[in-house]
Amino acid sequence: MKWDPLARKGLTGRLPEAWRQPLAVVGGVIAIVWLVVALAAPVLAPHDPLAQDLPRLAAPGPGHWFGTDQLGRDILSRVMHGARVSIPLTLMLVALSVLVGGLLGACAGYFGRWVDETIMRVADLVFAFPTVILAMVVAAALGASLTNAVLAVLVVAWPAYARVTRGLVLGVREREFVLSGRLLGFSAWRSLRVDVLPNVTGPVLVLATLDIGTALLLLSGLSFLGLGAKPPSPEWGAMVASGVEVFDSWWVATFPGLAILTVVLAFNFLGDTLRDALDPRTARAIKERAL
Amino acid sequence: MPATDDTPRAPRRRGAHPLARFLIRRILLALLLAWGITLVTFVLTNLVPGDPVAANLGQRALGDPAIVAQWRSQHGLDKPLWEQYLLHLQGVVHGDLGTSQQSHRPVSQDLAEFVPATLELAGAAILVSLVLGVAFGVIAALRRDRLADHALRVLSLIGISVPTFWLALVAFYVFFYRLQITPGSGRVDAALGSAPAVTGLQTVDALLAGRGDIFGSAVGHLITPALVLALYTIGLLTRFTRSAVLEVLGQDYVRAARAKGLPGRTILFRYVLRSALVPIITVAGLAFGSLLSGTVLVEAIFAWPGVGQYAYKSATTLDLPAVMGVGLVVGVVYLVINLIVDVLYGVIDPRVRLQ
Repeated sequence: MKWDPLARKGLTGRLPEAWRQPLAVVGGVIAIVWLVVALAAPVLAPHDPLAQDLPRLAAPGPGHWFGTDQLGRDILSRVMHGARVSIPLTLMLVALSVLVGGLLGACAGYFGRWVDETIMRVADLVFAFPTVILAMVVAAALGASLTNAVLAVLVVAWPAYARVTRGLVLGVREREFVLSGRLLGFSAWRSLRVDVLPNVTGPVLVLATLDIGTALLLLSGLSFLGLGAKPPSPEWGAMVASGVEVFDSWWVATFPGLAILTVVLAFNFLGDTLRDALDPRTARAIKERAL
Repeated sequence: MPATDDTPRAPRRRGAHPLARFLIRRILLALLLAWGITLVTFVLTNLVPGDPVAANLGQRALGDPAIVAQWRSQHGLDKPLWEQYLLHLQGVVHGDLGTSQQSHRPVSQDLAEFVPATLELAGAAILVSLVLGVAFGVIAALRRDRLADHALRVLSLIGISVPTFWLALVAFYVFFYRLQITPGSGRVDAALGSAPAVTGLQTVDALLAGRGDIFGSAVGHLITPALVLALYTIGLLTRFTRSAVLEVLGQDYVRAARAKGLPGRTILFRYVLRSALVPIITVAGLAFGSLLSGTVLVEAIFAWPGVGQYAYKSATTLDLPAVMGVGLVVGVVYLVINLIVDVLYGVIDPRVRLQ
């Protein structure tokens, strides 16, 4: 893959067509709805998400459309407020992974030698574990809390970005415009920042969009295991876990699970379309089809 | 496969067969990673803010400095960290993973009991994923941009978006609690007893003992959790197979085969699938990791007596030696599976071992 400054025009040129795809539109609409819910939950939610003032385990019906849980809290309000917990944390988590992984990967690719060896061998080590297992082990070692769960997911998430960024930087490093910058006396840091990084951000951002769903699944999975959010926080994974205890009251676990599903699905729809639009292999396939 | 003129010949260094050298390199790499896994679990165990002495000794013993000192030296806690690591490594090599604070039994003993159940579940799930994922992927590629392709795209994206732990709960509620069409929790009906343990895999053991009733019950118990577990990997493999097959379909030799007038079925199975399967197998090996991850979330719901449920219980009770043991064992199992996949890859595709 060659990403040079001139190709950036092509990148923005191809995007609008991608957004005309129905999957991307559906994903975008769902994502926007959830963002609005997250922002306006205090206004939109019919009840206080923590108040235990309703009948316990009431089935969905007027007044409490998603039913109530075993402590008499309104599930609809908790799911809405849960968006304020899960969505910002997930976005922050992915941003941190991009930052940490991207920076380490860029250093590995740019400086090579022992820097490359050290960083990439650590990344290999993380890849040697199944993700949930490693995240679970890290979260358990750090102690159960939502912050530690975020850290644990960060530990398993950064190597993917490091690998991709490293590969892209390796492809750009020897190009003339980078070498001429170095000859003009740019420091390594300036060369990396001005010449190299702008050329690798595109694919890394696609990866990040694709990763938002996975990150939310991991984070809520840790909470489900009791290694993330603590009660009474209306975190979706923890809410599903509380539904396990009363599983004949199906609504307690069903609605928070659907919330996770729809958010992950929205970002996967978006990411998948974005990848198709930007992946040169798919682009080639489309070109061939047109012939 | 005969070498064509443009394939580079194996450099004949030290007379070793290229496949042998490839295998040795892969095995050494795997050993290095296995060593890394022990390092990671050791470092994490030592990160713990809690005092292991307080966690393991009773209140009265803690009041006696002599007992505390003896316990510390007995477990090597008075030694420098690197020496502790060597002790830990020595223990791991000898199969000593510490004692579970929850079951008060050696972690290795606990794990030996639970590993076969998980391998049976994950094995069934990877089988289902490979069959369905590859079939769906081939259909999507052949019907590119038609209705089937779009439908499969949406379905596979849904497959990779569903939280496994939630799906397990929903499946259990709907199929067992409401419809009562699947057996409940566990691996086999308790009333049937169980076949004598040979492999630890209920289905295989039942067949070996010639017990059709136990085999039927074991398969019945296996279906729902395996399908729940497999949904994510089915989605993953469908997406991947589609692009792998599309890539091969565009190759010149496929066009040549078509121009020669070979029947479509021959082209699909002899030319396309054969070369598309190589990358698919690699992805399947990686997908096995997500299956092992998934068992932690699924086994707890179906009361499946495997490593996943053990991990879940250990994590929720913060039983650290057990959690680390699970991390170590699952990491090594995953490593071995990917080693096998790498070797298969080298055996199937001669280009790989010449790199």
